[in-house]
Amino acid sequence: MLGKLTWNAIPFDEPIPMAAGGMVVAMILGLLTWISVKGYWPYLWREWITSVDHKRIGVMYCLLGFVMLLRGFSDAIMMRSQLALAAGASQGYLPPDHYDQIFSAHGTIMIFFTAMPFVIGLMNFVVPLQLGVRDVAFPTLNSVSLWLTASGVLLTNASLVIGEFARTGWLAYPPLSELQFSPGVGVDYYLWSLQISGVGTLLSGINLVTTILKMRAPGMSYTRMPVFCWTALASNLLIVAAFPVLTATFAMLTLDRYLGFHFFTNDFGGNAMMYINLIWVWGHPEVYILVLPAFGIFSEVISTFSGKPLFGYRSMIMATMCICVLSFLVWLHHFFTMGAGADVNGFFGVMTMIIAVPTGVKVFNWLFTMYGGRVRFEVPIYWSIGFMVTFVIGGMTGVLMAVPPADFVLHNSLFLIAHFHNVIIGGVLFGLFAGYTYWFPKAFGFRLHEGWGKAAFWCWFIGFYLAFMPLYALGLMGATRRMQHYDDMSWHPLMVMAFVGAAIILLGILCQVTQLVVSIRNRDELRDLTGDPWDGRSLEWATTSPPPVFNFAVMPNVQGEEAYWGMKQRAIEEQRLMDEPSYEVIEMPCNTPTGFVTAFFATVTGFALIWHIWWLVVVGLIGAYAVFVAFAWRREEEQLIPAAEVARLDRERRHLRAQILPTLTRLA
Amino acid sequence: MNATVAERVGRPLIQDPHRLGHGGDGGDRAVGHGDGGPAPKKIIVGFGFWIFLLSDIIMFSAIFATYAVLQGATAGGPAGSDLFDLHNVWVETLSLLLSSFACGLAMIAAHRRNMLWTQLWLLVTGVLGAIFLSLELHEFADLIARGAGPQRSAFLSGFFTLVGCHGLHISCGLLWLGTMMAQIGARGFRANIIRRLMCFSLFWHALDIVWVALFTIVYLMGAGK
Amino acid sequence: MSDQADNYRGDVAPGDEHATTLSEVGHYLIGLVLALGLTATSFWVASTHALWGPGIPIGLCVLAIAQMGIHLVFFLHITTGPDNTNNVLALAFGVLIVFLVVVGSLWIMANLNRDMMPMDELMNMQIQR
Repeated sequence: MLGKLTWNAIPFDEPIPMAAGGMVVAMILGLLTWISVKGYWPYLWREWITSVDHKRIGVMYCLLGFVMLLRGFSDAIMMRSQLALAAGASQGYLPPDHYDQIFSAHGTIMIFFTAMPFVIGLMNFVVPLQLGVRDVAFPTLNSVSLWLTASGVLLTNASLVIGEFARTGWLAYPPLSELQFSPGVGVDYYLWSLQISGVGTLLSGINLVTTILKMRAPGMSYTRMPVFCWTALASNLLIVAAFPVLTATFAMLTLDRYLGFHFFTNDFGGNAMMYINLIWVWGHPEVYILVLPAFGIFSEVISTFSGKPLFGYRSMIMATMCICVLSFLVWLHHFFTMGAGADVNGFFGVMTMIIAVPTGVKVFNWLFTMYGGRVRFEVPIYWSIGFMVTFVIGGMTGVLMAVPPADFVLHNSLFLIAHFHNVIIGGVLFGLFAGYTYWFPKAFGFRLHEGWGKAAFWCWFIGFYLAFMPLYALGLMGATRRMQHYDDMSWHPLMVMAFVGAAIILLGILCQVTQLVVSIRNRDELRDLTGDPWDGRSLEWATTSPPPVFNFAVMPNVQGEEAYWGMKQRAIEEQRLMDEPSYEVIEMPCNTPTGFVTAFFATVTGFALIWHIWWLVVVGLIGAYAVFVAFAWRREEEQLIPAAEVARLDRERRHLRAQILPTLTRLA
Repeated sequence: MNATVAERVGRPLIQDPHRLGHGGDGGDRAVGHGDGGPAPKKIIVGFGFWIFLLSDIIMFSAIFATYAVLQGATAGGPAGSDLFDLHNVWVETLSLLLSSFACGLAMIAAHRRNMLWTQLWLLVTGVLGAIFLSLELHEFADLIARGAGPQRSAFLSGFFTLVGCHGLHISCGLLWLGTMMAQIGARGFRANIIRRLMCFSLFWHALDIVWVALFTIVYLMGAGK
Repeated sequence: MSDQADNYRGDVAPGDEHATTLSEVGHYLIGLVLALGLTATSFWVASTHALWGPGIPIGLCVLAIAQMGIHLVFFLHITTGPDNTNNVLALAFGVLIVFLVVVGSLWIMANLNRDMMPMDELMNMQIQR
């Protein structure tokens, strides 16, 4: 009746997951109770859960990413503390079987459920605003994407208390991930969580590519788009190209496990190396999917806070699109040691070195943007400068490992771990934090507290170097990755230093949480009254903070690069706003529970597949199809916002702008 | 048009040296050239679905690549030349091609809002698709009964998955087709329903394109070895 | 507001059409006939002894690509006009990725398989452990 699911699935005899799981369940129940007692459900349902507004969906994505950062980081702290203890005679406190699940969960959660949602969330929020349009191409599909991602998150986290997670590392290589060597439900949790959220991500990619190529404000040709939109385009093209490969590869592994197929088994002709080949065909573009938007964020932040247009706009675009294509030509560098021979290794090694070139172009462009500008040292610029130093170091170690003979020594050592954390934390995470600080006022109407922001930066920056520089040394000394215990005592001091670094990063995260709490409490003092708190240059700063649901009362007429900057300078010069436009009715898509309900059935189906509850799988699939039909049959697709309401909101905005206009002077 | 636009924008358009923007005549209204604002919904939906189809083809290519790599891994069991019946494949191919053609005719009828011919040609599309599917299922059942099921070898795993994935897409397409026929019957030719029909026809034609690659590489080349 | 596509001299969605019924049907008919011819040719090429053996796979590939082209042009209405630019570029991107995935995988796996220890030696090593 319930497939493989029994009470034994709950790890009553393991204190750590029980304690952690118990705490999380208690927190969730507490939150749900509080919401019920305060009567917030109608508001939450109407304004957030069923919302198809890209701004709301973007915020929810970012929130999901931030919460999963805490979960993934708790795995990290456990690993670092274990390694600081488990030297020589001591075994630490985490048995190997448990440790394997922790590092697998850490990688899976950080890449798929922290970095991806956060990046997609920021792109979702910002891109339509920067393009001067009202929403993305497919708003309901956007909601479906969000909730499918949440479904994947739920399933992965459920594995902590019901069953187990994969012990295979975050990419689940066969033959270890095959049924013969992983007979439990762990790999199944991994596969179904990622398949479900993978569908969400692919749909998001299609959505944003279509939006950027087919929906822009009048006058915004390709070369008048902000650089963040270009990097979003490149990133989403990569999503559309790479995620189908992930889907296919996971499907084949699933067929091996569920139906006894022989794609990647040891026997009957299977070839595990093909899995590794295909998974990295996805895996390498994936990291560019993450880092390209971060590069875009830095372009926006650096030009805004230097008070200068971005240096080398066209070369930035060229570099971005080159990276986009090149990212599909380097994937073998993740398995140089698998034995493809000198020709193949040589080709991919050279391609890997070549891909560093456009990145270098970007770094120089950022530096030249800052040079000669009046740099304002606000928190986003801290993250940007921290990024430039850190990412360059990480990039250089990457180019070092691009040399196959060097990689033969360093593959899967702690040197590799240090390298990719260097570029992901220094590149992606610092970019996300910069973007989060930069666009927070636009989303919520008040800025984040600056002091706590700077404290968070310094803790992250110092903590990062303390945590990961020792790992470079350890890798060169022979330490391998995914290791629960070691005998060489000379490694111990470095491991302790790494743990101290992780603890300082923890302080940084606590600073960020505190920053959020303090900012919410002091939101009146931190209020962004005009919608343009940073003296911005692109169109999102032309709206109020937060923008109305339709973003722009009349789509702006774009006449050059940096659309908003031109409008602003003209207004300052003439000391008057543009004439009031004539307001018309605006059609916006209706809210719908489609996304949420689809994800509900996806979660049910996924859970049922994991535990082999076949009748429930059928129920889930029928439910999902029913949702699709119900959505297709709905009568009202759009709601109309009357012209009077549009006028009222826009006049408020114009009034705020007119008030500060006399205080602005044109820059020399 | 220009006068209203200028009023709306509040200033003359001569400020833009490239004459882009609301109704300015600096080029045609194709959105990629920057003029005119967001494209109409039909274009947006069509292009979005086109991108989805390309992603689907990339997914097929990953399975294709795996099939190609594992083609020789028969583990002592039967190979393609032992198993493939080209007459069956010929009938399947004809069915699908004619089905695609019928779908095209259905779209022509739909553009002219002709309920009878639209439903008729959609029905023909579905019937031919169902013939294809039943032939394929029959072939699978037969292979499994002969001990050449997907669990026999990596080659057979690849074969069943590649051809089966295409068949799964056809099945979903038939389900979608049935739903669309019901919806057209219930609601008529509303704009959004026409857009969905357009997406369906894109999907159906793309599946025929994938089938071309499939029957050529798997069956025609496989049977020869 | 959302569907004044008739007068829109802008981009075209793939699969779009504007013409008389007869010319549209004719368009599809030509595509069908061409596709049928190419398909029949493919099947003949695969089973005939009249052609040089090693050339057959390449011939079949060429025929397959031609068939796909017929489908794209006559059924999906992909043309090279400026209104189709986005569609063609997207298709080109897709084809590039397919090429890289398939050819790249084949090249890599061929090399990996060639360098792989033969199965019986591998089994011996396992037994000795």
